[in-house]
Amino acid sequence: MHSSDGQGYNPSAPGSYSHQMPAKVPPHQSSGQYNYSSSQIASQLNNYQGPGQILNRVAPPSGSPVQQAGSVPQVLPPAPQNSAASSAGGFGAAPPGLSSWPYGQAPASHPGGSQTSHLAHVAGTASIHPPSSLPGNSNPPGSYQYAASPGGPPLQNSYMKPATTHPSPATPNVNMGRNVGYSYPNLPPGYQNTSPGAPGLQAPALQYPDGSKPFHQPPLGPNHLTASMGTLSLQQEGLRPVNLLQERNILPTTILQAPVPNLHEDIQKLNCNPELFRCTLTNIPQTQALLNKAKLPLGLLLHPFKDLSQLPVVTSSTIVRCRSCRTYINPFVSFLDQRRWKCNLCYRVNDVPEEFMYNPVTRAYGEPHKRPEVQNATIEFMAPSEYMLRPPQPPVYLFVFDVSHNAIETGYLNTVCQTLLDNLDLLPGNTRTKIGFITFDSTIHFYSLQEGLSQPQMLIVSDIEDVFIPMPENLLVNLNENRELIQDLLKTLPQMFTKSLETQSALGPALQAAFKLMSPTGGRISVFQTQLPSLGMGALKSREEPNQRSNAKDIHLTPSTDFYKKLALDCSGQQVAVDLFLLSGQYSDLASLGCISRYSAGSVYYYQSYHHKHNPVQVEKLQKELKRYLTRKIGFEAVMRIRCTKGLSIHTFHGNFFVRSTDLLSLPNVNPDAGYAVQMAVEESLSDMQVVSFQSALLYTSSKGERRIRVHTMCLPVVATLSDVYLGADVQAITGLLANMAVDRSVSASLSDARDALVNAVIDSLAAYRSSVLSIQQPGLMAPRSLRLFPLYVLALLKQKAFQAGTSARLDERIFTMCQVKNQPLVYLMLMTHPNLYRVDNLSDEGALNINDKTIPQPPILQLSVEKLSRDGAYLMDAGSVMYLWVGKNCGQNFISQVLGVPNYGSVPQNMTHLPELETAESIRTTTFIAWLREQRPFFPILYIVKDESPLKSSFLQNMIEDRTESALSYYEFLLHIQQQVNK
Amino acid sequence: MAFTFAAFCYMLSLVLCAALIFFAIWHIIAFDELRTDFKSPIDQCNPVHARERLRNIERICFLLRKLVLPEYSIHSLFCIMFLCAQEWLTLGLNVPLLFYHIWRYFHCPADSSELAYDPPAVMNADTLSYCQKEAWCKLAFYLLSFFYYLYCMIYTLVSS
Repeated sequence: MHSSDGQGYNPSAPGSYSHQMPAKVPPHQSSGQYNYSSSQIASQLNNYQGPGQILNRVAPPSGSPVQQAGSVPQVLPPAPQNSAASSAGGFGAAPPGLSSWPYGQAPASHPGGSQTSHLAHVAGTASIHPPSSLPGNSNPPGSYQYAASPGGPPLQNSYMKPATTHPSPATPNVNMGRNVGYSYPNLPPGYQNTSPGAPGLQAPALQYPDGSKPFHQPPLGPNHLTASMGTLSLQQEGLRPVNLLQERNILPTTILQAPVPNLHEDIQKLNCNPELFRCTLTNIPQTQALLNKAKLPLGLLLHPFKDLSQLPVVTSSTIVRCRSCRTYINPFVSFLDQRRWKCNLCYRVNDVPEEFMYNPVTRAYGEPHKRPEVQNATIEFMAPSEYMLRPPQPPVYLFVFDVSHNAIETGYLNTVCQTLLDNLDLLPGNTRTKIGFITFDSTIHFYSLQEGLSQPQMLIVSDIEDVFIPMPENLLVNLNENRELIQDLLKTLPQMFTKSLETQSALGPALQAAFKLMSPTGGRISVFQTQLPSLGMGALKSREEPNQRSNAKDIHLTPSTDFYKKLALDCSGQQVAVDLFLLSGQYSDLASLGCISRYSAGSVYYYQSYHHKHNPVQVEKLQKELKRYLTRKIGFEAVMRIRCTKGLSIHTFHGNFFVRSTDLLSLPNVNPDAGYAVQMAVEESLSDMQVVSFQSALLYTSSKGERRIRVHTMCLPVVATLSDVYLGADVQAITGLLANMAVDRSVSASLSDARDALVNAVIDSLAAYRSSVLSIQQPGLMAPRSLRLFPLYVLALLKQKAFQAGTSARLDERIFTMCQVKNQPLVYLMLMTHPNLYRVDNLSDEGALNINDKTIPQPPILQLSVEKLSRDGAYLMDAGSVMYLWVGKNCGQNFISQVLGVPNYGSVPQNMTHLPELETAESIRTTTFIAWLREQRPFFPILYIVKDESPLKSSFLQNMIEDRTESALSYYEFLLHIQQQVNK
Repeated sequence: MAFTFAAFCYMLSLVLCAALIFFAIWHIIAFDELRTDFKSPIDQCNPVHARERLRNIERICFLLRKLVLPEYSIHSLFCIMFLCAQEWLTLGLNVPLLFYHIWRYFHCPADSSELAYDPPAVMNADTLSYCQKEAWCKLAFYLLSFFYYLYCMIYTLVSS
């Protein structure tokens, strides 16, 4: 939740205790330590001394001539997981993952035959593929024997010695090395269990040869854990059903934390940060049947390129990977002995290369299990030369501006050019950075920035049917060598077209030109568009009919032309990403335009009714977001692959990218603000496994021209009972995944279908819980504790702009929200869906956090209901990218004068977006609190101060999702509806 | 022994059925090609390969799209012929597939000018496996009907 990257604050402060934590944690943790593991991860990362710092240039130990031969990664035929058949599902209109979650039961709005034929197919598929489970069953036994061989434990014990005898020299790393070093040998037992009965026997043999371990090592795995530790009471607490109709205040007053997987704490503390990698079910069901019974979606939510302030970077000539499935070595592999490790995804036994024996952190030889690769679930490798066949591309940025009359009217060019000028030095890049500009109205204008010219030279191409590039060599120029000309151009550009009367817009041809210009290198195209493209290829017609907005069936969520999609694919092939900034008052068919970004892994920004005078709030928003956009990290020519333990299969991806081969996402650009989601199915029974692992690997070229691989690995336990599955449900991740699925559904079927599917997801899961888990049928609406917020979040989704019924949302706005659902990381998606509401007029230092000598008050989060608002208070609503400060009519004079800095309520300005920095205690409290919230996210949320009569009041009140609106149910009514359906 | 219209229908459909079988086999190969990128993982990540692969995908999708109409029209021709020849049993066997084809044809993404097999959509693992199964099922169906037509042709030729 807290996205501050290593800010150093402590998430386990009393204020942040959350009810959401599954109670099935080992009992020796008191409740105050619930956040233990997450803070541990943070501090562990903190041990590395700085962003992008290279920890080690591995000097291979001398006297190892064999090392070179063994170190060249072998080129193998495609990983077997590629060919493994993935799960069944529908085509086109069919819901994703039909077989695996209750969407299949949504009321069909298809023509009669459709649903049945899908279902028939799904039923048929189950029988076709059982043979694929054979390799899964046949392989592990062989490797298990290894683990159980008597040779194993003694060897592992010997690992322990170096850790105790050699204190490592680098002080910041000492702690980490030692902690994890001790814990490491304990890691394998979970993997090594030959049978469910054996671990208890085997574990003691492995324990603490030198007695340095203060606590008893329980075997891995949830069942053993609970049984051996007797956490029954805690478990019952977690399982205790909640009667949603009776519990009025289910919303926790602090930010909801991700549930902690029920793993042994030594493993859990190595696990990937939930902000980066999250699973909807932290207890993975053993079989697809069990998953189907639970009626919950199984999937992952990723934020792979998130800005991390502390990230271990490894430079090494060999990257150790599994020889068969190409998994990167990670903390959850097991070392059979010093020379062999077993892959945790495919269970193949691999050799440890000679070079890997040397640990650069401790500078010791013979302890491969203490290498940073094995100590960090998140790590970045510098890729050796075999990962690139062409030299890494230089950072290339191309800006495409709409300069038609309409665009000049909005005055956006001033803002953009000024922001660009200010941030020219901050553009990520190196000496090779190239930049170029194109403007267009009914013709396309190129700007030659050739060295030696006294001023930029404009070249006009009026043949928009067959676009060509005039003098291609001087249009994209080196930023450093031609800085003056570029600055010149940026200064004059806004004035150049002020007299333009051209109203047409040839966006399509301009994009084609941009693509042609970029295709030799690849890079990023930023397009600014203010109206519906009307000329040349890709011209669009208005499809929004205001009278029909209410008619949910007729709204156009699908693109009207393939032009943008095709162009996006071409871009993707040439490693070009297109980011779209749409600043438009009228309908601009974002559904069609958005495709250009969606398939080329770009992002979409939408500023409705942008105008430099009439809408100053949007101007500031554009400034801030553009600054972030220009200066944020960027990865070029990237690909991402997500691997998971054999038996699980990934079948649907959500986000902006193109799937190049079933498990490989092609991302011409990757940015730190993009999130991805995937859906999974359990293909083979996981009953012989204790844990499963997931690994995402992102290969990209940094703006400095280095090829890097960022790897995240997550490990989760496998469970056999339905109640355990419910216990580990991560309600936020589930909501996020459902939102993604619902977007697909609204596009392929209809909006009402998607809404029904969302509601059915709640009904089905609660009904399944009621019928399969609850032994005593109680009256009311019972939900497992982990899912107690599920109805609330789904209701929030239904009221969100993307899915709301009724006429209030304009089509472009709705589609933009859908784009955001698909492209935002989970944290921001949740804030967008269910904002946090705080009362801020009576902030106190009680329970406050202390960071860097600053006291940050922690007001409780309130329910989103008007009944929680009082006229004599002031409330802050944090909705991710925006914040609203609602000031009640009778708000205390104190707050108005001390915080807002105005004499009385009436003189609070209409469009206030800043809090004055006053010297009063109240002001300092409020501003530090807001600054703290802002610090946690990479972009800059704008604060709107909302009065009773201000126009923004409606957007503030729209977020009051527990209340009834003219077209949607209140929370209580929604619960009653669900109860009725569940009890049917 | 008489050369009736029914016999003619069966003979013609026999020939066309062979074409359909060929289509189905081609589909299976195409989907297999789409699903697996026959390159080592490191090569797959290579930007140069990306272009090639994308071209490949687009080409396959283009061909797949090209084949949709011929296949569907050949099959509906069968149905019309058998209707005219009053071969009710054969017609009955073909009608379900005809309906399926009609549904598939008209149930392509709403506003799009194109039929199915749109590269981003088809690359979804779910969709791919569905398509592949569909192709296998069709292959089986066409093979069986091939022999059925053969039998019927001889039967009509001999019996009347």
